[in-house]
Amino acid sequence: MSLGRFLVRRIVHSIFVLLGLSIVIFVIARVMPGDPARMALGARAPQWVVDRVREQMHLNEPLTVQYVYWLRGALRADFGLSLVTQRPVTADIQEFFPASLELVLLAGLFSAVGGIGLGVLSARYKDTWIDNVVRVISYAGIVTPSFIFAILFVLLFGFVLKWFPVIGRLSEHTVAPPTVTGMVTVDALLAGRLDAFADALRHMVLPALALAMGSIAQEARITRSSMADNLGKDYIAAARALGISERVVMGRFLLKPSLIPTVSILGLDIAATLGVAFLVELIFNWPGLARYGMTSMLHKDLNAISAVILVLGVAFVTVNILVDIIVAYLDPRIRLRAARSE
Amino acid sequence: MSSTPLLLEIKDLHVHFAVYGGRLKVLDGVNFVMQSGERVGLVGEAGCGKTTTMKAILQVLPTPPAVIPCGEIYFKGRDLLKMNPNQLQQIRGRGISMIFQDPTAALNPVFTVGQQLKAVIKHSAVRGRPLSADEVHQRAIQSLQEVALADPERLLKSYPIQLSGGMRQRVCIGMALATNPELLIADEPGTSLDVTIQDQVLRLLHRLVKEKNTSVILITHTLGIVREMTDRVYVMYAGNIVEVAPTAGLFSRPMHPYTIGLMQAVPRLTGGGVSDGIPGRIPNYLQPPTGCRFHPRCPHVMDICRQEKPASYQVDDDHYVACFLYRGEEGKGS
Ligand SMILES: Nc1ncnc2c1ncn2[C@@H]1O[C@H](COP(=O)(O)OP(=O)(O)OP(=O)(O)O)[C@@H](O)[C@H]1O
Ligand code: SF4
Ligand SMILES: [Mg+2]
Repeated sequence: MSLGRFLVRRIVHSIFVLLGLSIVIFVIARVMPGDPARMALGARAPQWVVDRVREQMHLNEPLTVQYVYWLRGALRADFGLSLVTQRPVTADIQEFFPASLELVLLAGLFSAVGGIGLGVLSARYKDTWIDNVVRVISYAGIVTPSFIFAILFVLLFGFVLKWFPVIGRLSEHTVAPPTVTGMVTVDALLAGRLDAFADALRHMVLPALALAMGSIAQEARITRSSMADNLGKDYIAAARALGISERVVMGRFLLKPSLIPTVSILGLDIAATLGVAFLVELIFNWPGLARYGMTSMLHKDLNAISAVILVLGVAFVTVNILVDIIVAYLDPRIRLRAARSE
Repeated sequence: MSSTPLLLEIKDLHVHFAVYGGRLKVLDGVNFVMQSGERVGLVGEAGCGKTTTMKAILQVLPTPPAVIPCGEIYFKGRDLLKMNPNQLQQIRGRGISMIFQDPTAALNPVFTVGQQLKAVIKHSAVRGRPLSADEVHQRAIQSLQEVALADPERLLKSYPIQLSGGMRQRVCIGMALATNPELLIADEPGTSLDVTIQDQVLRLLHRLVKEKNTSVILITHTLGIVREMTDRVYVMYAGNIVEVAPTAGLFSRPMHPYTIGLMQAVPRLTGGGVSDGIPGRIPNYLQPPTGCRFHPRCPHVMDICRQEKPASYQVDDDHYVACFLYRGEEGKGS
């Protein structure tokens, strides 16, 4: 059973998806009105400078050639300068992406633990008040946008209860650990700075929770319904009939097959969070990718937009591969089918 | 009946399913008794409630939708319906074990055969000291060898999807017998397989229960198997036991009009929902026929059949028929 080949195939497939995405990004960037060279240089630059830059940017070549140049740059992580920050886009991404990533990863952890936990609780106490409470929370979570939660959390846990800080990634009195990955929690651990780690984590709790709420609700709902479905299956009746204890039947023989749909949706939710975190990042003054992406869009900063979209694409594809691995681990049918169809 | 305590006694069991659109009143007062060591057959066309009765015994009916409005189920004198989950778990597996109708559905698709079989073995050994991992493994291997499965080591690591239908059926039998049950319920073993393999599986089962002297309830559509493997037979129609008799007596002198129809349908009786011998089909359980549930299909239907439900009349030693045609014959014997 070759999980390895299954993976290789998925990765090759993903590369094609990303190539497709890059073409879309390139075309959009080029059909937008306005001369990229002129936009990069500003309205007051003399025409001959603009012409020279057009030459440098290969803007006079046919589109296909331009695409190849663009792709070559992208592969070398060179997206040119950002109009807004006047720095290489790559430097911006390097700064903002890790900030978003650690937030989203924590949000993903919250979704997994909270969503599955609530879902199991709900299924276990189906049709009791516990189930009803969880279901009400679920519906509320699904219909409420994350920025509303962000505002509520800031007010309640930040200002009223003062449990968690609400601004930035570290407190003023905490010296930032040396940057290695750009994720403050990881860098703090690498530097052996537990104080900075704890401080960074405290800063992440509220924004991550705000981001996770929708997904917690969604995961709880899916887990509950797939557990309820599987509860009626013969293999559960058989496990019970043969004397296996209720705890093992529920916690093992029912849980594992029921988590398969949850994991699939969870992956998509996490990837989507990365892109839509804009308002939450704004509220918590979090220097993240979504905020950067939104700012670049407002300024028609094409280089930055292309890079952000491509990064999101890569993240999406990566999460999908991870989800496939986990699902293949949970569900031998998928693994075996993949191996057999070789 | 004799004074030895009954192994199993079901009294007036009703099971309903609450579904969209109403209540399916499936079991309508099932009565059933068996002694220790007996091998009892349960026959009846598809949908008559055989599996439902058996799942009710072990209390593994899906709830919802299943509800048991009334009934008693005694296993060695104790009412299973009144037990708490812990007491029930003591009975399941070791006391009563079951081979489910569809081996593919009865095996968990995301666990290996070994994981499932070992869980059963571990739990059925709670009585004394817990088994070591090694002992569990040995007993798992032994269980698979017992059902004549080759290469048990590899099999333990396989997932159900990797096995053939016949192997899955054998695994299910091995699993049900791994607990050394006093009573084995076998729900149409081998029905999903082709005839030769079905035959092998049944012979194997027959040999194993004889060796271990296990009491058996065998459900099947194939009357030939009943004849060969059971001492006594219950005939079920639409949630009622309509006739019960020693196997030989039932075959030589079937009495209930439904049983007679069944016999005539041999050997072409299948699980298709409509049996060849009797015109019509099993009733709609939302609004089952009044009186005798068989009356819309019965060639001998009388007025009273539409109004009253027939009691079970004794027509011979151990031979009972729930049909008004035999009302006068009570106690006559022969
Ligand atoms: N979970 C359920 N929900 C609703 N109805 C059910 C359920 N299980 C069984 N029934 C109904 O109960 C009736 C009896 O079903 P059961 O499975 O006991 O029949 P059976 O005698 O075992 O038939 P077969 O020979 O096909 O296995 C059927 O009409 C079926 O529709
Ligand atoms: S009771 Fe009446 S309807 Fe029912 S089987 Fe007997 S004769 Fe037929
Ligand atoms: Mg059945």
